[in-house]
Amino acid sequence: MRRFKQFHLIVIPVAMFGFGYLMVPIYDIFCDITGLNGKTSSISQAELDVLETDQDRRVRVEFISALNQGAQWNFYPEVKSMKVTPGKSYTTTYTATNRLDQSMVGQAVPSVAPAQAATYFNKTECFCFVQQSFDPHESRQMPLVFVVDPELPDDINTLTLSYTFFDVNSRIN
Amino acid sequence: MNAYSVDHIHDDHHDHGPPPGLMRWVTTTNHKDIGTLYLWFSLIMFFIGGFMALIIRTELFQPGLQIVDPHFFNQMTTMHALVMIFGVVMPAFVGLANWMLPMMVGAPDMALPRMNNWSFWILPFGFAMMLSTLFMEGGGPASGWTIYPPLVLQTGDALPFLIFSIHILGVSSIMGAINIVATIMNMRAPGMTYMKMPLFVWTWFITAYLLIAVMPVLAGAVTMLLTDKFFGTSFFDAAGGGDPVMFQHIFWFFGHPEVYILILPAFGIVSEIIPTFSRKKLFGYSSMVYATASIAFLSFIVWAHHMFTVGMPLAGALFFMFTTMLIAVPTGVKVFNWVSTMWRGAMTFETPMLFAIGFVIMFTIGGFSGLMLAMTPIDFQYHDTYFVVAHFHYVLVPGAIFAIIAGVYYWIPKWTGNMYDEKLGKAHFWLSTIFVNVLFFPMHFVGLAGMPRRIPDYAVQFTDFNQIATIGAFGFGFAQILLLVVVIKCIRGGAKATDQVWEGAHGLEWSVASPAPYHTFSPQPVVK
Ligand code: HEM
Ligand SMILES: [Cu+2]
Repeated sequence: MRRFKQFHLIVIPVAMFGFGYLMVPIYDIFCDITGLNGKTSSISQAELDVLETDQDRRVRVEFISALNQGAQWNFYPEVKSMKVTPGKSYTTTYTATNRLDQSMVGQAVPSVAPAQAATYFNKTECFCFVQQSFDPHESRQMPLVFVVDPELPDDINTLTLSYTFFDVNSRIN
Repeated sequence: MNAYSVDHIHDDHHDHGPPPGLMRWVTTTNHKDIGTLYLWFSLIMFFIGGFMALIIRTELFQPGLQIVDPHFFNQMTTMHALVMIFGVVMPAFVGLANWMLPMMVGAPDMALPRMNNWSFWILPFGFAMMLSTLFMEGGGPASGWTIYPPLVLQTGDALPFLIFSIHILGVSSIMGAINIVATIMNMRAPGMTYMKMPLFVWTWFITAYLLIAVMPVLAGAVTMLLTDKFFGTSFFDAAGGGDPVMFQHIFWFFGHPEVYILILPAFGIVSEIIPTFSRKKLFGYSSMVYATASIAFLSFIVWAHHMFTVGMPLAGALFFMFTTMLIAVPTGVKVFNWVSTMWRGAMTFETPMLFAIGFVIMFTIGGFSGLMLAMTPIDFQYHDTYFVVAHFHYVLVPGAIFAIIAGVYYWIPKWTGNMYDEKLGKAHFWLSTIFVNVLFFPMHFVGLAGMPRRIPDYAVQFTDFNQIATIGAFGFGFAQILLLVVVIKCIRGGAKATDQVWEGAHGLEWSVASPAPYHTFSPQPVVK
């Protein structure tokens, strides 16, 4: 009697360890499709040009800002909210100030509520696409160009865009 | 399936006893020795974890901060859970499996005896490492046993030790599970077909598959925490494009099957005991097997009921709500079968039977509170309150732990050759049952009223129920000393047990001598 011939007993644990890691890309794709974790989409100029505008509709977009874990920054939107026409592109800015005596690098991470609306909020240009370096006490306005997709479901009249600003110095060093 | 007729071949003439001395325990590959080691380990951890619970309950005797600071309190809730889950319930089940599985299927030993030795002996080292974190700079982990980032990443020096110890415990249980599946698949006595296997064997068979499928996922999740903290990855760090909510998905993909790992072998034990003391065959044997399998399958697709409040689309919430409630169906089948087995049976109420009946009743209470939590809108109110604490303690303490204790009382005469002290056993049961309810029932009420879990202080209106719970905790804790007394007394002597031990007992394990000889079933019996 051979006491061990079930090699699937070794294959399963190894495969499941891999599956744990596979859940990461699956999760990202899933959130991309559904916009579940509030991740916004980006859009190219060419795609923007072919969007129809929906002249009869006005959607309110609110802007909010937050700092992560006591980061030493001032960070706020230029305007608190605006009325936009879906399909037209708009520009607004956020201002960030480094309050420290040393240069700092920050990264803004966007999120849209309600989550169902996230995939309809498109950015052509955003300071959140790259990390931002600041000299000591530097203050700077950072632009954001966005367009709300005319396909946005009718029952959504207000979108809230939130940026959280993270210190990423420690990640870089 | 209960009436075995066995060609019992006496193998006394080549029955070598164990080698003398301490090294016997270190080098042993004998399934009975290893079962004993697991069970003692589990009992010791039970008292360590229980001591931590008493620290928690003492702090919660009054509102305000009394005896420990909040950071230490959080370390206690975290460690208590890790010790009880990975150090008590899981090793106890593996210990019972080691002792009983080979004898139940008529095998001379486990399939992989050397690996068996390893899977036990890495455990004490894993736990020594985990417990030592309490004495490190910055203290032990204090994030709760669910180790959610970003909170857990604030742990001090202890973090890598915590993660490595979880790796070790994972490796240990995967090796144990592989061994169990290999034993069941390859070592059954001639004639022992799958559908003749005792239910304890069946439930362990299915549990072992759950273990090899989900422990590696936990290992992956904690490895991601490790690389996020020390190697610059950002799986769970929003600044780097990750998402902490993803941790919850990965964790609960492990976590929910894990809670069934903690209960399926208990179902098996109870399904052995109830027929014996009802003097009837188990009602609905094959439906029990299928119910166990469907519970195991469903447990992979319900995980997000632990995270309804993170924000989910309606379709997701509905899916997880309905699949969760679906689990109640096979679970209900089991409870129905246990009750039907007792129905019109010639029942007697020895200690194992008392614990088994206590299990059926109180596990069902826990199942009901689970159903309440499964309803998404209602869970928004209950989530992270003491109601959840009440739910899982009902399924785990008078559930899993009671089943383990029932199993110990049921099989200890076979292990030691002596009957345990029935009076003390009954006292142990009644004290445990009374105090476990005094301890956990009030938690439902404070939970419904909004008392959050994992917080050392609370609003004054919760004081009465918390004081009752604390009294229950001390009563339950001290009652467990009786278990230790009974076990030691039984090892040292007592009325001699017959081979069959219980009048209504059927199965191969009762056909060998009491105490079971060091080597059993070589050559193997034939099951007709
Ligand atoms: C009828 C079956 C069951 C149902 C419907 C059920 C449902 C649930 C739900 C919905 C939660 C999440 C509550 C929340 O955090 O808001 C939960 C938590 C929990 N359940 Fe169950 N459950 C069942 C059986 C079990 C069993 C058999 C066990 C283990 C033996 C168990 C152990 C746990 C544990 C440990 C937690 C808490 C995890 C934590 O947050 O620390 N449950 N249950
Ligand atoms: Cu669950």
